[in-house]
Amino acid sequence: MIQRVARDSDVLAGGVLAALGVYILVQATRWEYMGFDGPGPGFFPFWYGLAIVILSLWLVVGRLFRLRRESPGAVDWPGVRRALGTWALFALSVAVMPWLGFVLSFALLTFVLVRWQFGQGLKTAAFTAVGLAVGFYVLFPLALDVPLPAGRLGF
Amino acid sequence: MEVLAGLAYGFGIALQPMNLLWCLLGCVLGTLVGIMPGLGPAAAIAMLMPISFNMDPTGGIIMLAGIYYGAKYGGSTTSILLNIPGEASSVASCIDGYQMAKRGRAGAALGIAAIASFVAGTFGVVLLTLVAPPIARFALSFSSPEYFALLSLGLALVVLFAGESPIKAALAMLLGLWFTSIGIDLFSAQARFTFGQTALLNGIDFMIVAIGVFAVAEVLGSVQARTDAQLPSVPRGIRNLLPNWEELKACRFALVNGSITGFLVGVLPGAGSSISSFIAYAFEKLFSKHPERFGQGAPEGLAAPEAANNADTSGALVPMLTLGLPGGGTTAILLSALVLWGLKPGPMLMQDSPNVFWGLVASMYIGNLMLLLLNLPLVPLFAQALRIPAYVLFPMILGISVVGVFGVAQSIFHVGLLAGFGLLGYAMARLGFPGAPLILGFVLGDGMERALRQSLQMSGGDLGILVSRPIAAGLLVAAVLVLIMPLVGRFNRWRLRGIAENG
Repeated sequence: MIQRVARDSDVLAGGVLAALGVYILVQATRWEYMGFDGPGPGFFPFWYGLAIVILSLWLVVGRLFRLRRESPGAVDWPGVRRALGTWALFALSVAVMPWLGFVLSFALLTFVLVRWQFGQGLKTAAFTAVGLAVGFYVLFPLALDVPLPAGRLGF
Repeated sequence: MEVLAGLAYGFGIALQPMNLLWCLLGCVLGTLVGIMPGLGPAAAIAMLMPISFNMDPTGGIIMLAGIYYGAKYGGSTTSILLNIPGEASSVASCIDGYQMAKRGRAGAALGIAAIASFVAGTFGVVLLTLVAPPIARFALSFSSPEYFALLSLGLALVVLFAGESPIKAALAMLLGLWFTSIGIDLFSAQARFTFGQTALLNGIDFMIVAIGVFAVAEVLGSVQARTDAQLPSVPRGIRNLLPNWEELKACRFALVNGSITGFLVGVLPGAGSSISSFIAYAFEKLFSKHPERFGQGAPEGLAAPEAANNADTSGALVPMLTLGLPGGGTTAILLSALVLWGLKPGPMLMQDSPNVFWGLVASMYIGNLMLLLLNLPLVPLFAQALRIPAYVLFPMILGISVVGVFGVAQSIFHVGLLAGFGLLGYAMARLGFPGAPLILGFVLGDGMERALRQSLQMSGGDLGILVSRPIAAGLLVAAVLVLIMPLVGRFNRWRLRGIAENG
C-alpha cells in the first residue's frame, strides 16, 4: 500500500506542489507584506503560496481517500520513455548550441530523432536533417533577417 | 450609426492589399494547422508571434486571428475523413461527420462543414460588431477593484471548465501566477524568485511559457502517442463537395442553433469551443424529430457543432477586446501579442487604436468569405498536409520554437527555459493538469496583482474596498459561486459529463 501511495502520480504531484508552495511562502515572508503605501512585494505571493499549499494537500488527501477504491490507470511506459528521450535530446541540443550553433545542433537533433526515435533509415535521416537545417538557415537569417543562435563556427 | 461608421472605417483598413494578404496567409495557415492533428492554433500562433513583431500591428493581428478562426475550418477535415479531430473543438464533428464519410458522403460532409463554418463565423462577427462597443463603454467605468474582481471571475470560470479536477486546474492557474511574479516587482524594485539569475530579473517572457507548454509539449505528447494518419481518398471538384437539397434543408435549424450557442458559450471565459460544440450537438439531438439518426451520419449532427465552434471564436474575442480578459489559451496569446505591440486590449482599445479594433473585426468578415472560397475547392489540396511525415513535422516544430524564443530573448538561457517549460507542459498533460489555466494565470497574474495592490493603496489596506463597490462586489460574489459550484453534486455531475464527452 505504501509503495502504491508513493508511486501515485497525484500524490507525487501534490507533494512537489506543496513543497513549492512552502518555498513561495518562506520567500514571501522575507519581503515586506504591508507598508505605508499599501501592500508590499510579499503580499500577493504570500496568498497564492498559501493557496498552493492548501490545494496540493487537498489533492493528496483526496487521492489517498480514493486510492482504496480505485485502481491506478495503466501507464504507457514505452511511450513515456520515447517522449522523455525526445525531450532529453532536445535539451542536449540546446545545451550544445553555444558551441555548435543552431544549424549544426538542430541538424544533429533531427538526425538522431529521425533515425532512432522514428526508426527511419540512415539516408532518410541524413536527408531530413540536412534539408531542415539548410531550410531554416535560408528562411530565417537570410530571407527574414531573424537571427539564429550562432556557435564557435559563426553560424 | 457609430457601429456602421466604425465598420466602414475597418473595411477601409482590412481591404488594403497588404492586410488582405495577411488575412489570406492567416486563413491558409490556420486551415493547415486545423487539419494537422497535434498542432493547435495556440501553438502555431505562439510560434509565429516573434516573426510577426516586425509587422504593423493591424496586419499582424489580422494574420494571427486568421490562424485562430481558420483552424476551426480546417479542424473538421480530419474529423470527417479520419475520425481524428484536428482540433479539440472538432471532436463533436467526428460523430456524424465520419459516419457520413463512411456512407460515401464525405464530399457533402466537407461541404456542410464549410458552409456551417461560414454562416456561423459570419453570424458571430456580426454579433461581435454589435455587442463589443456597448460592453467597452460600460467597462470604461471600471477602476482597480472592479478589474481585480473581473479578473478573479475570469480565472474562476477557467478553473471551473478547464479540466476534470477543479483542484488541478486551480493549481495550474496558481503556478501561472507564480511564474508571472518572477523578476523585479515594479512597485518596490524587489527581485522575486530569480534564484540569483540576472537573466530572470526582467521576468519570463510570455512566449517562452506559451511555446513550451503548447508547442514543445504537444510534440512530446504526439511522440508518445506515435500518431501517424493514413489519408483516404478525398473527393475532388466543387460539385462533389456540395451537399444535396435534403441535406441542406436538414441543417437549417442546426445552423441557427450552433451559431447562437457557439457565440454565447464563447463569451464565457474558460468555456471553450469544445464545450460549445457539444452543447449545440446536444440541443440539436434533443429538439430533433429523428434523434435516432444522430451518430449514424445525420447532416444536422455535423452542422450544429461545426457552426458552434466557429461562432465561438467571435464570442471569445468579445471579452478579450473589450475587457482585456482572454477566455482561453489562444485568446491569451492574441492578447499578449497586442500588448507586445504596445497596444492596450480592453475598453480603451476601440478609442486608442480604432484601426486595430475595427480593422480586425472587418477582416473577420473577409476572412470567413476567404475560408469558404478556399475550403470548398481546395480541401483535397489542404488534406495533403496530412501526408507530411511525423519525423519531418516534429523536428520542424521544435526548430521553429527555438527560433521563436531566440528571436525574442536573444539568449540561449531562455531557449533552455523553453525546454524546461516543454517538459512541464508534457508532465502536466500526463498528470491531468490542464495547460490553459497556467497560461491564463501567467497572462492575467500581473494585472491581477497590480489591480489588487492599487485597490488596497486606494483604501489604505482595507480589503472592504473590494466588496463596498457594487460592480466589484457582484463580480466577486459570482467568482465565489463559480468556485463552489463543483461542490454541488448535481452541477458537478453535469460538468464532469460535459468534460468527459469532450474527450
